[in-house]
Amino acid sequence: MNHNQPVYTDNDPQNELVTLNLGPTHPATHGVFQNVIQLDGERIVSGVSTIGYIHRAFEKIAEHRPFYQITPLTDRLNYCSSPINNMGWHMTVEKLLNIKMPKRVDYLRVVIMELARISDHIICNTIIAQDTGATTTFLYLFQFREHIYEIYEEICGARLTTNIGRIGGFERDFNEIAFAKINKFLEEFPVALREFESLLNRNRIFIDRTAKVAEVTAEQALDYGWTGPLLRSTGVDYDVRVSEPYSSYEDFDFEVPVGTSGDIYDRYLVRNEEMWQSISIIEQALEKIKLEPAGIFHADVPDFYLPAKEEVYNNMEALIYHFKIVMGEIDAPKAEVYHAVEGGNGELGFYLINDGGRTPYRLHFRRPSFINYQMFAPMSKGMLLSDAIINMSSMNIIAGELDA
Amino acid sequence: MAEVTNHDLIQALTEKFGEKIMGVNEPYGLLTFETHKDVIIAVLAFLKQNELASFNFLTDITAVHYPGKKQGIAVVYHLHSMVKKIRVRVKVFIDEHHPEIPTATTLWNAANWMERETYDFFGVKFEGHPDLRRILNMDDLGVHPMLKQYPLEDPNRVDKKDEYFGR
Repeated sequence: MNHNQPVYTDNDPQNELVTLNLGPTHPATHGVFQNVIQLDGERIVSGVSTIGYIHRAFEKIAEHRPFYQITPLTDRLNYCSSPINNMGWHMTVEKLLNIKMPKRVDYLRVVIMELARISDHIICNTIIAQDTGATTTFLYLFQFREHIYEIYEEICGARLTTNIGRIGGFERDFNEIAFAKINKFLEEFPVALREFESLLNRNRIFIDRTAKVAEVTAEQALDYGWTGPLLRSTGVDYDVRVSEPYSSYEDFDFEVPVGTSGDIYDRYLVRNEEMWQSISIIEQALEKIKLEPAGIFHADVPDFYLPAKEEVYNNMEALIYHFKIVMGEIDAPKAEVYHAVEGGNGELGFYLINDGGRTPYRLHFRRPSFINYQMFAPMSKGMLLSDAIINMSSMNIIAGELDA
Repeated sequence: MAEVTNHDLIQALTEKFGEKIMGVNEPYGLLTFETHKDVIIAVLAFLKQNELASFNFLTDITAVHYPGKKQGIAVVYHLHSMVKKIRVRVKVFIDEHHPEIPTATTLWNAANWMERETYDFFGVKFEGHPDLRRILNMDDLGVHPMLKQYPLEDPNRVDKKDEYFGR
């Protein structure tokens, strides 16, 4: 980064700056946010980020919704990996209520979260490739996101905004078709990913466009609050799954890939390696699920877990629990809790204050995209416009998570 | 590498700041304490630099509104020591009619947007912030919408009143 080397000086004969409005609906932003950029030729002199175009006041809405109705709000944060957000929220409430999950539920959650992580990283990495001009790779790997969505569909019926699972487990067990689709995915995806890597990893054009571009040191990254693959690409091995394991991640054997220079190439490599690790985690999880007693897909907590609909219609107790949960009449302790999960883009935190009412007193989302993105404008100074565009793609800014 | 417990930390903090460290609590194992706005930056700087556990990572800044209290707005900081794998939550209660508190951007650049968001939604004025503007809401909104006096729904709705639920 050339923060300290001004490109533009007063006695420059061509001292005319061009103002470029990048966004809010520019194809290169891949989301609804705006950057007003001052350009000296192709170099960026200064930039101002404007965000909030799809702000939907989720934190305010959450103060008026019972816990189970907040899950659909979390879908719409990082909508490229909704299941991670859903699970993160469920686990926050479970932490508040001190519910311990059966191991099988934990492993099923791990499967679905790692699939979501893969789909998130597919989007980011193929879009880096797309923005450097490699459309083939984009179309080639992107179909596997579709296969992941088919797996979601089999489990919960939805594709993008999944609302998957319940507080206390899943709404239903994974069916055989879901397992078959996961197995098929595990067979086919590594082949495609290897081919994707063979097209890009040693590609001269790709390396020229990405290596040593937008380098970030670990100190800068920590100072700006970066987490997730972006922080790891600078060499800091911080991963919430390892540092504070949730959902039985401590049972799994996986590595946390780190980069060295924090440039775009390193971010790409870190995400790619994380996909390989996710594949391995899913395989381990499927093996572990086989060893657990079959058919368990939720914890035995009738006070908090929404009963099945057919029971509600035929069983008095289930009807009472259903009514109490739907009306927000559950006895949750008056407490505050912070729970973090490793989202696709970094540490996704939920800060929940409960005062015993039917809704949270306050719910705050620590959204990684929002915090990662604030470095974009300062680090773009002195950069070429085309480099800044790939830099933005490699930060994987999801507008839903940016604005909440 | 020796483990650092909440107890060690609070001991070090009370040694340094004495009675300015109040309301120590450990909900779900996360060390939480309150402090005063005069010393908040000193407390954060101490946490960031002390040798027990360097809380070099600012996870989050947000605020909570407690209408009716004398000090009605709580500004909440979450810090994280990645090396020692320990978190800490610092709260500062400030007057909701004069919500002013020094900025933490002097310690972390990450605080910039977090404080802008807190200003946007709660009206907390971070003194010394380089660019304290609204961030998610439109500039001419006029109110700070997360304050509890602004209702979300039509207040005339009668089907969701607490009295119907025995509260």
